[in-house]
Amino acid sequence: MARISVTVNGVAHDTDVDPRTLLVHFIREQVGLTGTNVGCDTSSCGACTVLMDGQSVKACTVLAVQADGHEVTTVEGLAKNGEWHPVQQAFHEHHGLQCGFCTPGMMMAAVGFLEENPAPSEAEVRLALEGNLCRCTGYHNIVVSVLAAAETMRAAGGRARAGG
Amino acid sequence: MATGERYVGGGVLRKEDLTLLTGQGRFVESITLPGLLHLAVVRSPYGAARIRGIELEAARAAAGVVAAFTGADLAEEWAAPLPMAWPVTEDIRIPEHWPVTQDVARYQGDAVAVVVARTRSAALDAAELVEVEYEELPAVTDVEAALADGAPKVHASLEDNSCYTWTLANGDVEAAFAKADVVVTQRYTQPRLIPNAMEPRAVVVQPLPAAGDFTMWSTTQIPHIAKVLFALTLGIPESKLRVIAPDVGGGFGSKLNIYAEEALCLALARRLGRPVKWVAGRSEGYVATTHGRDQIQHVELAATSDGKILGYRFKLLANMGAYLQLITPGTPLLGGFLFCGSYGGEAYHFECTGVFTNTTPTDAYRGAGRPEATYAIERAMDALAREVGVDPVEIRRRNFLPKGEMVPSPGGLAFDTTDFEMNLDRALERLDYEGLRAEQRARRERGDGKLLGVGFSTYVEMCGIAPSQALGSLNYGAGGWDAAMVRMLPTGKAEVVTGSSPHGQGHVTSWSQIAADALGVAFEDVTVLHGDTHVAPLGMNTYGSRSLAVGGVAVSLACGRVVDKAKTLAGHLLEVSPDDLEFERGTFSVKGVPDRKKTIQELAFAAWTAHSLPEGAEPGLEASCVYDPPNFTFPFGTHVCVVEIDPETGAVEIVRYLAVDDCGNVINPQIVDGQVHGGVAQGIAAALWEEAVYAPDGTLETSSMLNYLVPSAAELPSFELDRTVTPSNTNPLGVKGIGEAGTIAAAPAVINAVIDALSPLGITDIPMPATPERVWRAIRDAEGGAA
Repeated sequence: MARISVTVNGVAHDTDVDPRTLLVHFIREQVGLTGTNVGCDTSSCGACTVLMDGQSVKACTVLAVQADGHEVTTVEGLAKNGEWHPVQQAFHEHHGLQCGFCTPGMMMAAVGFLEENPAPSEAEVRLALEGNLCRCTGYHNIVVSVLAAAETMRAAGGRARAGG
Repeated sequence: MATGERYVGGGVLRKEDLTLLTGQGRFVESITLPGLLHLAVVRSPYGAARIRGIELEAARAAAGVVAAFTGADLAEEWAAPLPMAWPVTEDIRIPEHWPVTQDVARYQGDAVAVVVARTRSAALDAAELVEVEYEELPAVTDVEAALADGAPKVHASLEDNSCYTWTLANGDVEAAFAKADVVVTQRYTQPRLIPNAMEPRAVVVQPLPAAGDFTMWSTTQIPHIAKVLFALTLGIPESKLRVIAPDVGGGFGSKLNIYAEEALCLALARRLGRPVKWVAGRSEGYVATTHGRDQIQHVELAATSDGKILGYRFKLLANMGAYLQLITPGTPLLGGFLFCGSYGGEAYHFECTGVFTNTTPTDAYRGAGRPEATYAIERAMDALAREVGVDPVEIRRRNFLPKGEMVPSPGGLAFDTTDFEMNLDRALERLDYEGLRAEQRARRERGDGKLLGVGFSTYVEMCGIAPSQALGSLNYGAGGWDAAMVRMLPTGKAEVVTGSSPHGQGHVTSWSQIAADALGVAFEDVTVLHGDTHVAPLGMNTYGSRSLAVGGVAVSLACGRVVDKAKTLAGHLLEVSPDDLEFERGTFSVKGVPDRKKTIQELAFAAWTAHSLPEGAEPGLEASCVYDPPNFTFPFGTHVCVVEIDPETGAVEIVRYLAVDDCGNVINPQIVDGQVHGGVAQGIAAALWEEAVYAPDGTLETSSMLNYLVPSAAELPSFELDRTVTPSNTNPLGVKGIGEAGTIAAAPAVINAVIDALSPLGITDIPMPATPERVWRAIRDAEGGAA
């Protein structure tokens, strides 16, 4: 067992983990936040994407021990003070989800990306999300949603910063 | 439809999103219970192998392991083999299919043993310790090879690898071909596809040993059908089994089945008296979850010299895989009536032979038979156009069935409502077809690098399954009805209980729109309950684009019955004849005396207190409807794909994709558009990228998401959508269904565009998927041949 200290959505978790534990299993099974889904076993699908220190990572490709001392944000931590993140709002308004399984990871990837590129083109959004698979939407409305969220966030002057 | 529509037709956002966007989705993998045990399945790594021995001791001794079993150990658990519900012919061969095989593994992934442990990782680790002695046997994976003399037999007990041959004939096809000026003969292949719903399959079973009860949570599209069939498979009284499909993360047909792992969790929960859970790894799902398509199609069209079709002849070989899952044999036949598409003719002959191979069983995958049929006819139409020297649009116009109702098709169906030419015209208006052709000519004359191609697919499909009687005539093992209960609660809220079981399609929202308008209540005041056989005891579930046209119609009709009952009560309380009442937006008022009125909320409370009811009326304000449609529904449309091909790399880029669909009346435009987007994406993916490949020894070479290309946003384009509205006459909502149309339409539009781009090189065929390598090789071979 290894002792780790990970902050998840602002709450510190000091706990022992089996060193082989993946971050996604730590989040789901030990922290008890099940919004982050597991969709594959090859780091292909991105359903488990979370933010680590504000950057998007696939939580199936990070060991829990690697998150020691870091801040993790999951989909449960996106809304602030009862108000949805612009990415959540845009996915809702533009029908950016259907079954919703890929959605938490897709949104976290989008949030991480918009931090890096607040004014992306459609092509840049498509390229940025290539590590996140969706089988329902054909991505059309996901791309529309991310572009709309970018506009909202720019209009708000970057107030809606992830994890901030 | 109801008067005073406020919600049907648009303007609302999905109710489902509130939990799904905040990480509060309730997917099966998140379910945990006290004392939960975890199942891991040991699977054959070989396509065909005799099991010489299984050593479980090391696994049983491993940390955390509770039990381990072979197929023989579990044999007494089964009251019947895993079910197949569609024996398509009298003489179909149905091999026994057990959750764990005992003697021979017949495909890579066939279960040979199971391990149960206290944690999932302990179960998976211990499964690695199970030692199985295999004697590898010769395998066969290709349908033509499987039918050849001397082919290895998938089932030693059967005479050969053929499963059934099903035929459909209308008119004198020999005469049609005899008098034809032109006969077009084509051979097409339908690659095997892996459905890849984003949520891997999972199941949890909780037993209540003292009562003999079982609750099963499963990632299933069909909780009600599952309840019936697992009761029979396990020998559990149906009344003792509750099946719950909570949030389900996509299905596309791959969760429309009765799976070994579900049966195993039930059996092991019964045997061990503790809850048991199984979650598929993605790569495990690649071999253990049904695949789709995998056909070889021989297509012949008989036509006059000006391209008017006289007769159709089709011969299919359909890969069943190693066993028959729930509707494996019938899946290709769902397209069997539609190989003539939206076109006319005098005669039609269709024959399909199902073939066993050492591969994962096939079954429904989005479109189920209709994408295959549409691909065949839409590609053959382009071949006919080339043969008689007319434009692909013109060949379609010359052969379209007329606008009308109950229009007879050469395949023997009566299309509910048709207007194919109007729909095509709408697409052409948006397309600037003349401009595209001019651009193509100009590029070809200039010898521009990128090759431009335009492809059409003017499809019609068949959904809204279906009149139960029609299904009976096809020997399908279930009915085609669906059920709804609608009740006004005492506080004025409405509760809709539906037998449809959604997994991403937004039923909660669409059903709320229908009920809110019909009852005259606020959209927010409607709750929709589904996916739990204890809550919604009647249902036929969600597949075949049937939910709205059957389950949604049931909701509408049940609402109408609630309104009728409320009207009687309102008349009683207002002391007027119900005939003197008007109903608008939830309020009954006396004609000409609008102040004398009762709202449906007031009536709900009055019906609950039951202090004063009409003579003979029962308390409560609720009604049920079990709706069995009188016909299928037949959505149609025009999909157009414009591609540019780089001859240096063979890469195909979709520069425009236009879909003009007609699914009748639309309840929620945003949801309908979303269904088209997703459907088109899967059709494009089949055309350009996806193919499950088996090595000759039965090894699945495309064994994970690393080597089977599920497209990302970076591969796919944005889509242009439009629609025409030709209401169905099958149901009172005038709706048809849209869940599969995109997938049905898209693949031939893409391939026709690819062929159109390459046609100056003399290329007339590129098999799906048209990967850069295939396209590049075709160009190279064509240029080499020309040199």
